[in-house]
Amino acid sequence: MLILGQDEKAKYPFLTDAGEYLKDKGFPLVQFGTDPVLKLSVEKAFHRIQVATEGQIYKSDLIDGQASKPFILEREVFSFLLAVVLIKLTGMSTLTKRFALAEARRAEKHLEKDLGNASDKSKIDLAIRIIDDLFSVQVEKLDDYFVIPVSDYLKHSINFHEREWKLINRHVEHGKVFLTPHETVRLIRTELGTYINSKIVNAKTPTMISGFEDYVNKLVLLSKKFTTFTVTTGEYPPCIKHAIEILEKGENLPHSGRFMLATFLLSKGQSVEQITPLFKNAPDYNERVTLYQLNHLAGTSGSGTQYSCPSCTKLKTQSLCFAIPECDNIISPLQFGKKRK
Amino acid sequence: MEESDIKFLEESFKKYYFDHFDLIRVPERTSEREFGYQKFNSGMTRHISIKDDKELHLLLMQNIPSDVYCSNAYYSFPNLPMNEKDWKEADLIFDIDAKDLNLSCRQDHTISICNDCNEVSKNSDQCIKCNSIKLEKKSLPCKNCIDFSKIEVSKLSEILIDDFAITSEDIHVYFSGNEGFHVYVYNSQFQQIGSRERSELVDYLMLHGIMPETFGMKKFKPNRSSFPDFNEKGWRGRFSKQMFGSKSKRSKIISELLVNGYTSFQKDLDNISEKIGVKVDPNVTMDIHRIFRLPGSINSKSGLTKILCRDLKKFDPYSEASFLNDDSIEIFANCPIEFKLKNKKFGPYTNEKITVPTYAAVYMICKKLATID
Repeated sequence: MLILGQDEKAKYPFLTDAGEYLKDKGFPLVQFGTDPVLKLSVEKAFHRIQVATEGQIYKSDLIDGQASKPFILEREVFSFLLAVVLIKLTGMSTLTKRFALAEARRAEKHLEKDLGNASDKSKIDLAIRIIDDLFSVQVEKLDDYFVIPVSDYLKHSINFHEREWKLINRHVEHGKVFLTPHETVRLIRTELGTYINSKIVNAKTPTMISGFEDYVNKLVLLSKKFTTFTVTTGEYPPCIKHAIEILEKGENLPHSGRFMLATFLLSKGQSVEQITPLFKNAPDYNERVTLYQLNHLAGTSGSGTQYSCPSCTKLKTQSLCFAIPECDNIISPLQFGKKRK
Repeated sequence: MEESDIKFLEESFKKYYFDHFDLIRVPERTSEREFGYQKFNSGMTRHISIKDDKELHLLLMQNIPSDVYCSNAYYSFPNLPMNEKDWKEADLIFDIDAKDLNLSCRQDHTISICNDCNEVSKNSDQCIKCNSIKLEKKSLPCKNCIDFSKIEVSKLSEILIDDFAITSEDIHVYFSGNEGFHVYVYNSQFQQIGSRERSELVDYLMLHGIMPETFGMKKFKPNRSSFPDFNEKGWRGRFSKQMFGSKSKRSKIISELLVNGYTSFQKDLDNISEKIGVKVDPNVTMDIHRIFRLPGSINSKSGLTKILCRDLKKFDPYSEASFLNDDSIEIFANCPIEFKLKNKKFGPYTNEKITVPTYAAVYMICKKLATID
């Protein structure tokens, strides 16, 4: 269990136990709805969420992670805890996600600063311990770098789609990956977001507190703006077109290519009977085997697992990707041609 | 395959299994592994759990499989359906196959067998008899294929040791029984990583997805100082040895690279990755539920045994992995390419009746280039 100082609680408020914190401070939740001084913290909490929904990071009153007055530190923690309460009261999951992400990015900034703090070893140690405790990533400091085991690196980096995060574009030595403080923290951003998100999801929803209604109503209105619509062009992505071409020519499509094609078409709602004829030209075509395999993929036979279409990254590794500009950084062939409006 | 051929192969395989129990041992942590086997002309039987060598030998004698497999993964319940097995971890495995190396010699020893009329011809895209394009390709790999596969194995081991801190004792290399090698890595930090992570490892080893910036070329204001040096570790060091050739040429070549620019550098990288990247089959390493050919078992594509290579450099599969007996047998062969087994040359044969040792007969029948009658 991490023992946090007052300023760490302000930097990483999601590490505190909300109920206990308020109890320690001696303020019941209802008091925040009525007490004019405490209400400032609710106002701040609302602002904290609003900023998050705009994709911005909430600017705290801390200067270099330090507070000029003790009550500022307290208000930092209060506003976070109250923001969670407000979000729970709205019941909108889109707010949870956006808030968690923004808070993760905010915490990320503090973690990065602490890791890069050459003069204060205790700050570096605490940041390293937070990363280890929360995400089981063992970070060691080596000269100007932070090194982590390749396997730990991969568990997190596979969620990134930018090329610079590929292991091949990293300095790797003796089973470790070398990272800057910024990269070390960036690596766990998603998990930090997920962690904060789960904290909010698992928090109890209180009954409506008098004095909170206005904020909650405003937030509900705000979150309704985020619903998006998508339209589909219906055209197949180049990898799928390529696979179909190969089969039409009677050439051999490797097993991985057949898997991709079948799972793609199944996901698009085609039936096994509709897909089978595509494989007729394959050099080793056997209707019985093809039907068996397609039914297996569709989950209608065997274990009942429905197999999903491989991601673009996987297809690249298998040399099945023939990306064109229209692919536009999608991460699965299934997203091809979908436009957000 | 004809009944008589299957009968002959089964008899030969059974004798091998019976005589070589010493070669066919269960792997460590046996009870956590999934086993599977195939019989000639039949589908796969898998989700089998086995306790020890005795049980394995019994399975071999009772079923006389054409191929035997064992998972590289460890499960709590290996005999249950896949989603109930409770996957725990998996050894890292690599498949290096001569067919993936784009070797020029392949042309000379690949045979096309027509699926429609069974005509056998030297490598072609269309059957010379009935023009069908449904052709099955069979290769009789040569020494060159094996030598180049060995180079890939050495490249792989070097990176595993230098970059991933794996000890050479934990890397076991097996001849696959046909035309390549299977490499196992034990006790590494990668035991518990999933399929997507393994796919990233593969890209690293194959030098796929490299950015020019990684090797020092920037899009804007590129400068000399960021290019890698000879004695650097990892891919930057290997790249500079390949790109510059010698230390004295480094400076001149960097000047040329800077003149040619970013896009040209990306093309250079693609060429280099083709040369120095390790050519493994990505699908094998990525698959964490695979059942992989069991060491000591026979590969039915050739009749040769999957066997541990203690000294890779000296290893000659065509004399060391052929364990079937020398009893003479008469077969009808249509094998347009010469091959060597146990230091004896065979072929070429054109639709003729010949008498050869069992190991050579099995080799040709497995390749569909001969029959018993």
